Amino acid sequence: MSTSSPRPVAVLGGNRVPFARSGGAYAKATNADLLTTTIDGLVARFGLAGERVGEVVAGAVLKHARDWNLARECVLGTSLDPTTPAYDLQQACGTGLEAAILVANKIALGQIDSGIAGGTDTASDAPMAFSDDLRGVLMRLNRAKTPMDRAKIIASIRPGHLTPSVPQNVEPRTGMSMGEHMAITAKEWGITREAQDELAVASHRNLAAAYDRGFFDDLVTPYLGLSRDGNLRPDTTVEKLASLAPVFGKGEGATMTAGNSTPLTDGASAVLLSTAEWAADHRITPLAWFVDGQAAAVDYVNGGDGLLTAPIFAVPAMLARQGLTLADFDFYEIHEAFASTVLVTLAAWEDEAFCRDRLGLPGALGSIDRSKLNVNGSSLAAGHPFAATGGRIVASLAKMLHEKGSGRGLISICAAGGQGVVAILEAA
Amino acid sequence: MGILGSDPYAALLGTPLGKRMVDSLGLPKPATLRRYAVDAPLLDGAALLGWLDDDHPIADRIRTIFDVEGIEVGDPFDTLPAAAVIVDLSGIAEPGDLERFRAVVAPSLKRLKSSGRVLVIGRPESSATTPAQAAARRALVGATKSVAKEMRAGGTANLLLVAEGADDQIEAAVRFLLSGRSAYVSGQVIEVSGGSAPVERTEWTQPLAGKVAVVTGAARGIGAAIAEVLARDGATIVAVDVPAAGEALARVANQLRGTALQADVTAPDAGERIVDHAHLRHGGLDIVVHNAGITRDKLLANTDEARWASVLGVNLESILRMNDAILGPRGLRDGGRMVLVSSIAGIAGNRGQTNYGASKAGVIGLTTFLGRDAQLRSRGITVNAVAPGFIETEMTGAVPFATREIGRRLNSLQQGGLPVDVAETIAWLSQDANAGVSGQVVRVCGQSLIGA
Ligand SMILES: NC(=O)c1ccc[n+]([C@@H]2O[C@H](COP(=O)([O-])OP(=O)(O)OC[C@H]3O[C@@H](n4cnc5c(N)ncnc54)[C@H](O)[C@@H]3O)[C@@H](O)[C@H]2O)c1
Repeated sequence: MSTSSPRPVAVLGGNRVPFARSGGAYAKATNADLLTTTIDGLVARFGLAGERVGEVVAGAVLKHARDWNLARECVLGTSLDPTTPAYDLQQACGTGLEAAILVANKIALGQIDSGIAGGTDTASDAPMAFSDDLRGVLMRLNRAKTPMDRAKIIASIRPGHLTPSVPQNVEPRTGMSMGEHMAITAKEWGITREAQDELAVASHRNLAAAYDRGFFDDLVTPYLGLSRDGNLRPDTTVEKLASLAPVFGKGEGATMTAGNSTPLTDGASAVLLSTAEWAADHRITPLAWFVDGQAAAVDYVNGGDGLLTAPIFAVPAMLARQGLTLADFDFYEIHEAFASTVLVTLAAWEDEAFCRDRLGLPGALGSIDRSKLNVNGSSLAAGHPFAATGGRIVASLAKMLHEKGSGRGLISICAAGGQGVVAILEAA
Repeated sequence: MGILGSDPYAALLGTPLGKRMVDSLGLPKPATLRRYAVDAPLLDGAALLGWLDDDHPIADRIRTIFDVEGIEVGDPFDTLPAAAVIVDLSGIAEPGDLERFRAVVAPSLKRLKSSGRVLVIGRPESSATTPAQAAARRALVGATKSVAKEMRAGGTANLLLVAEGADDQIEAAVRFLLSGRSAYVSGQVIEVSGGSAPVERTEWTQPLAGKVAVVTGAARGIGAAIAEVLARDGATIVAVDVPAAGEALARVANQLRGTALQADVTAPDAGERIVDHAHLRHGGLDIVVHNAGITRDKLLANTDEARWASVLGVNLESILRMNDAILGPRGLRDGGRMVLVSSIAGIAGNRGQTNYGASKAGVIGLTTFLGRDAQLRSRGITVNAVAPGFIETEMTGAVPFATREIGRRLNSLQQGGLPVDVAETIAWLSQDANAGVSGQVVRVCGQSLIGA
């Protein structure tokens, strides 16, 4: 067997549709529609029509049973060569970034030379299931042998059976929503309402400015009449946000509102990765190198950790492997599931006791220069179609690094189930 | 992609009831025009070839084309049906010689099949050496345009002026004017001068093979058709349109296996981005089609500054600004081609379109200037414009029915043109072999009565 050292992996660019508030512009679009359009936009940007790429990896968090082969079915609907293989993957909100890590790893190992990593989600077309009771009845019906048996089974269906079970944004093991979990963590860390609202305003302001200067001209392809993210409120202010009532957490100390939490969102994203040679053959200039990726999980069920705190653990592990410190970055892309998620993450890394006791570090991991955080906006402004967020961030960060011409960027994404996925890009 | 416009009137004509209605009402009967297809013959029948006694250098060259294409050259004084009549009057010296025009063309007209062609060859009046010669040369313009109006069943008549010394540069223009590519071009005067078409034999079914072509406003309408036709002729397409049109733009780019570049042509860096993209992604730039355009119609009395500025900004000023990069050292290659999209509104003016008419006339001024530019010509770069008349697009589809109906019939072919007709003309102007045509404005208007 021949072994070779891993090859550098280039991020060549990306594409996404503008993200829409759920029930809005994409109310009638399916995950397959969103992902197919997004990949086609990427194909058009890079002139890949009729080409076979090594692999397309994509997923969705809210997924219909009929979408069991979503990525491959979408590939067949795009202008890519139909002999392009594809597979689905799912790691909650980490799906998009995990897809990029998998594609990057295969490229690094020499198994493929190019690949597309993507993700899509729509809360407007979420799957609904029959209640378990009705499902039991229907399965029995399917097994019934005689017409008489069937008639009896049908007669046993009761109105109560017909109530559909809608997937809920709750953790199966705690029955609590993500927001409720986050509210507990935010309270533990003493995150203030003002700090959260300020972060939200900055997100909107930064995203709007990025659109205005044409930053997204080669990152976003409009869809169904939407040219900018539907959730974007360029003129929002701390005062306006201060007037909103809390929606997560209870009583006096509740700080989390609809303004500093991400809304349900529809959208899709895709990123093109390759070796340097493949890029050169296709006359595409790499924007960044995909340096490393790491996942972590916390025991939020029985242990004391917050549901969305896993990235806090993933980052130091990855930094240690790379011989880097938290200060060694020019851009920090910390996914804004909630404003408080970002603030808790930063607070934990600054906390000496936490870093010593929980992360096993000699002292605090450090603080970051806030002017390098989410400089072109993040999920609070853009919205967060779960599986699409990773691709949005990878492509934007790669372009930011390319514009700067040097430096490194850190990506941190929290995910349901107490998970986190993080990655490092470096300017190409 | 639907480049075929929809003309319900023409569709109605295809039904027996429609035919009866049209006959009884004396309504116009638009013919189905012969349009280009890669595998279609240059002419679907014999060509009749006539000339002035003793002096017919161009007729001989045209005969060579027919030999290559296997087209029978008929006797002008025979009676068999024919697809085209060509008369070489390049040697014309005085009005008395014009009888030759009548003698050759008049009997041929009755023999022409549908979508027949009259092609008259002359020399530019500007290089005449005697008053009589100037008068005779100019007379051909009036004669050709009048014949064009007399023709029926989709026939066209055009005048090709060949400057002294450019006799060997005519093949691309002759092929264009005879083929279905010029379906909606009639009553036009096109001049071939200077230029040095490459000596290698042209592959006429893939005349743009290996070329990189940028088309602005390519997401829909005429621009999408231009991209499609240039790609069919072998070019690699860079499709440019505003970011907001990105969804349609991606569809065009993917269908043509080109690339999509989301850019507003009015952005200060648009020219640079186009040049960069063409170089980085495709290794160079050979053809640029400035097609992006908008209308903001209002009577001048009601036109505010914003309406004025936006139309001039998109339709004219953006081209000037982008050309800094496109005609600069990293832009168009030597031998490159630039085609601008003007409009008959820029020739004739149009009530309620003062801003648009100004912008499209400006495009003509720019084309004429650049087309004459000695430095560009020495680099082998040609610059031409097309001026579409009534073309069936979403833009004209929005015009009220009655106005649209008038717009579409007020021309010698009695129908609107299709986006593909504009595109075919642009594709022809983009050919290497067309090196002798520069600074020209070719109307694609079915010889519209407007601005004629
Ligand atoms: N349709 C006609 O009958 C007709 C007649 C004469 C001339 N024209 C000219 O032909 C050209 C194409 O017309 P059409 O009928 O296809 O119109 P259209 O409106 O269907 O298409 C024009 C395209 O240009 C794009 N565009 C507009 N502003 C732009 C900008 N700032 N940057 C980049 N792209 C921009 C639009 O998004 C659109 O895709 C125009 O220049 C028009 O003036 C049309």
